[in-house]
Amino acid sequence: MEGRIDVTVENREAERDHDGKRHPNTCPRCHSHYRDDELERTLRVCPQCGHHFAVRARERVAQLADRGTFAEEDTELRSHDPLNFFDLRAYKDRLAEAEVATGLGDAIIAGGAAIERRPCELAVMDFAFMGGSMGSTVGEKFARACERAVSRQVPLVCVTASGGARMQEGILSLMQLPKTVCAVDELNEARSAFICVMTHPTTAGVLASFASLGDVIVSEPGALLAFTGPRVVQQTTREKLPDDFGLAESNARFGHVDAIIPRAELRPFVGRLLAMFSRGS
Amino acid sequence: MSESPSTQAEELKLRERLAKLRDLPLLRGVGVSGEMARLKRQLDRIAAEPSEDEVWRSVELARHQDRPYTLDYVERMCDDFVELHGDRAFADDPAIVAGLARFDGRTVVLVGHQKGRDIRERTHRNFGMTYPEGYRKAMRAMELADRHGFPVVTLVDTPGAYPGVTAEQHGQGGWIARCQLLMARLGVPSVACVIGEGGSGGAVAIALADRVLMQENAIYSVISPEGCAAILWRDAGEAKKAAAAFKPDAVHCKELGVVDGIVPEPPGGAHTDSDEAARLLAESLKGSLAEVEPLESDERRRQRRRRFRTMGLYLE
Repeated sequence: MEGRIDVTVENREAERDHDGKRHPNTCPRCHSHYRDDELERTLRVCPQCGHHFAVRARERVAQLADRGTFAEEDTELRSHDPLNFFDLRAYKDRLAEAEVATGLGDAIIAGGAAIERRPCELAVMDFAFMGGSMGSTVGEKFARACERAVSRQVPLVCVTASGGARMQEGILSLMQLPKTVCAVDELNEARSAFICVMTHPTTAGVLASFASLGDVIVSEPGALLAFTGPRVVQQTTREKLPDDFGLAESNARFGHVDAIIPRAELRPFVGRLLAMFSRGS
Repeated sequence: MSESPSTQAEELKLRERLAKLRDLPLLRGVGVSGEMARLKRQLDRIAAEPSEDEVWRSVELARHQDRPYTLDYVERMCDDFVELHGDRAFADDPAIVAGLARFDGRTVVLVGHQKGRDIRERTHRNFGMTYPEGYRKAMRAMELADRHGFPVVTLVDTPGAYPGVTAEQHGQGGWIARCQLLMARLGVPSVACVIGEGGSGGAVAIALADRVLMQENAIYSVISPEGCAAILWRDAGEAKKAAAAFKPDAVHCKELGVVDGIVPEPPGGAHTDSDEAARLLAESLKGSLAEVEPLESDERRRQRRRRFRTMGLYLE
């Protein structure tokens, strides 16, 4: 029996997905299916059609940062439940579940790093943690990343992926918009560069705050970048939506992003930008 | 207001804990003093905690069809008002008004969301739902204020930024962000007041001010009760439950430190007596401006940034 690969786990997954949900490693565009290690090798881009799969925060760091340079900070920060929020389930339970499922304290990780040998502060959001939603903890970790960038006199690179503000924290989640905006203001004042990489999806509260304030805004192909998502727009206005509504390509056409960069070229591209902003050398 | 026995018991318990804390030697000084402040707040809260019905009453009053809108207040609070139109790029958004106003013996720049009274005006004003053009108009007016040293007064009353195709194409999210950034940078004093619905990003876009106030029956929230219910309860009919859960009323916003003060309304709500509501609002706006006007411009900006930078609760 030794040496044989146990496929029962994968089969069970496949069965569970018969309720219409696609397996995460099946390409939604061309339906090709991949093993996890195959996707990891291709930076989670479909070799058949170029579809960009979602990338988890730690894997993104590995893709972007020079090996071993990422020094994560504020790892102990956790979300609080100021409203004792309970919808169909308690917010506290959702948080605990998300932490177990993702291995992350909240929807963002941040710390010092080097990209193409250029030092920077790197903050990466993770959509898998409650839809990458921004509550007090995400706002605080982003703001602290800005402050570290200022004190270390390095640029900030932030990779966004978020469904918006975290409703379960009520008005305090909305307050993370002005909070992160103020953090970017300090960054700007100190003349530390801010490179924002918007990935799928970057929407609502995050788009309407720090993400849109990047000195340079880069996006991955096919990413949804919208204040209001297509479903809500369709339902509330009954307008006919263009096929590329809210996508990075549409945003580029209307002048909201500087460049759409395929994932394989992202690291050298960010490296070039960091070189542009480096002082002296 | 009679208190239930359980509330009284809870208050008693907190008071005992408070007394004990005072006697504690400062082993971990910061932690203990933080606890004191928290307990004191909790004590105040027990007395003031609004019930589910009271929260919902705020939601209904904030949306009341006879509630005074921005221009109703302008008419009553200002000696003169010259409205400025257009964003100098593309259009004039009627969902937001901006202009030069004579207020309390000086010129200010006033910016506010504007809803409509009858169906024609409501459509014209797009129900107070702003396009990016509206935020650009607001920004243009605020830049003008900064240039000429006029204080900025904003009145917030919107269900949210307009969720439409062209609004997206014109960069809704980006302009909401840039409008906030501009407010963070203003050298002049600013005060914002939520006078009805403070709906999400569309509201906070013009509410990054030195002082943020809220009328007694206004609501300020990250999402509409209906929207929240539709997403979390999968049923928009559960709006009342959702509102009670995320607490958009003035008392809770004050408690969480989101607003600096609650502006009283005439008994029964602002719609029962617009003149009195305007008088009370003007009073509060004057008071808030007087607090921040003496500060030096850089210091005021620093404090404003600090005010928002410290917002939120998390564990460390």
